[in-house]
Amino acid sequence: MEIFGIPSQALFGQLLIGLINGSFYALLSLGLAVIFGLLNIINFTHGAQYMLGAFCAYFLLNRFGIGYWWSLLFAPLVVGALGIVIERLMLSKLYKLDHLYGLLLTFGLALVIQGLFRNEFGSSGLPYQIPDQLQGAQNLGFMFLPNYRAWVIAASVVVCLATWFIIERTKLGAYLRAATENAPLVQAFGINVPRMITLTYGFGVALAALAGVMAAPIYQVSPNMGADLIIVVFAVVVIGGMGSIMGSILTGFGLGVIEGLTKVFYPEASSTVIFIIMAIVLLLKPAGLFGTQK
Amino acid sequence: MAAVAKSQGQLPRQEVSNWRLHRTLFIAMALVFLLAPLVVYPVFLMKVMCFALFACAFNLLIGYGGLLSFGHSMFFGAAAYVSAHAAKVWGFTPELAILFATACTVVLGFIAGSLAIRRQGIYFAMITLALAQMVYFFSLQVPFTGGEDGIQAVPRGRLFGLVDLSNVWAMYAVVFTVFLGGFALIYRVIHSPFGQVLKAIRENESRAISLGYDTDRFKLLAFVLSAALSGLAGATKSLVFQLASLTDVHWTMSGEVVLMTLLGGLGTIFGPVIGAAVIITMQNYLAQLGAWVTVVQGVIFVVCVLAFRRGIVGEIGNWLRKPL
Repeated sequence: MEIFGIPSQALFGQLLIGLINGSFYALLSLGLAVIFGLLNIINFTHGAQYMLGAFCAYFLLNRFGIGYWWSLLFAPLVVGALGIVIERLMLSKLYKLDHLYGLLLTFGLALVIQGLFRNEFGSSGLPYQIPDQLQGAQNLGFMFLPNYRAWVIAASVVVCLATWFIIERTKLGAYLRAATENAPLVQAFGINVPRMITLTYGFGVALAALAGVMAAPIYQVSPNMGADLIIVVFAVVVIGGMGSIMGSILTGFGLGVIEGLTKVFYPEASSTVIFIIMAIVLLLKPAGLFGTQK
Repeated sequence: MAAVAKSQGQLPRQEVSNWRLHRTLFIAMALVFLLAPLVVYPVFLMKVMCFALFACAFNLLIGYGGLLSFGHSMFFGAAAYVSAHAAKVWGFTPELAILFATACTVVLGFIAGSLAIRRQGIYFAMITLALAQMVYFFSLQVPFTGGEDGIQAVPRGRLFGLVDLSNVWAMYAVVFTVFLGGFALIYRVIHSPFGQVLKAIRENESRAISLGYDTDRFKLLAFVLSAALSGLAGATKSLVFQLASLTDVHWTMSGEVVLMTLLGGLGTIFGPVIGAAVIITMQNYLAQLGAWVTVVQGVIFVVCVLAFRRGIVGEIGNWLRKPL
């Protein structure tokens, strides 16, 4: 079977890869958007924290014999806690300064973390097994769908929607959105805004680590796995605009799919297509698809 | 009346004394680079001068325009590729190769700048970073850059068809001239009316708009100037090392130039030169330690941001109460 002269196997295969990449774009840009909303900081360490999540899963398995499922819980907790330490010790000193200093600080931290891991593990990847329950694949008739990949897409959709629900539909989320609009006023109502900021950063970082654990069996665990990814995610964030949670999710998945399709129809452009879309969006709608210009 | 006359007279006097100080320091810097090759390896010094010019060009944008570009490697690297290609394949003389590469970065700077200035602050940084990554992937794929190998064994050629630049002292003289010329141009720009408007935009863009300035045009012009001078630095670098490679366009290069400027002092005149000298020296000594260079650079970033925001020259200037 062929569609537009492309074998359907190849088309659906790339579409699947696109959805997988999109899952990671969505999870990471969601974390960036949540952090940016409250802290006004672009977390350049996000890629490194995604990598830390994957390494955490690797260590838990190889040092302590803790498998994938518990890693999904522990790795985000550990990396999120590290994030909280970073926020308390460093980022919290910068809130009164120009936001660009936050970017520079987190960039420096990313260099330190990635450099340390490169020293220890080199640049080549370490393998991480797919958990037993998710081995194998389903024959859908038109293609084979590996179980693990289906799980990654489903899990990230659920996590994204849950985050959306917490922020847009619960009381806690209402506090968060209020603090994003006017932090001093929310504090005047007796809500501990500094603690909320700390926890928000921890949560955003934990999302990155969760993405890292889910990525470990697909891509290999390597010190550089987050470095280039984060730049693509920045472009995703610019395209979507960080004003809207649902916007980041939709943009993330959408761009992953577009990237996958580009790989089928015009492979040469597959690594640049997201940047080209970013340029077009900037020309037509500078605030981003879902953003509002502040 | 007398008080008014005095206060009017004071400001220029202050500026004249600053100008004298800067002139003295400029001559001192020129002398250092003139005499240093007697004791230091000249290729190392040429590297310092190329990166110092690169950092000064970057500083023009962040220090005086308040625009943090995280993608300046695209200008540096693209110019390195173009001048290497022009010199090697088309047989351009070195001055033509450098000029042609700089002209190309003017075009690239215009395109990238027009897109990036549509957003402010953090978005500006992310957009420039993404555009630079695009240029990186482009350089990885197009055939003329030689992919992972880069363009190697670039001939230095004969300047104006006369002076053979394979002689290290002739090459040194060229780099010396390019660096001081670029530096003087940046100094002139900063202290021109254009530079004053740029500083006004950095301090308060809405107010600059309300005063009737078309701030986008000023920002774009500053961006293109900065891009062109970064390109000049990159083009010169590729002739010095006879090599243009993916390292020049990678985002780590953008990070390095940010670090040099931050360490030397954002918005200082001589800071980027000091910052470049320190970072290049450090890279030279730590080169055999591999990824530790990255770690040390990251630590310097963190320390600078947390405790040392004025940078080396900024701290000295603050202590002396003089703009350096």
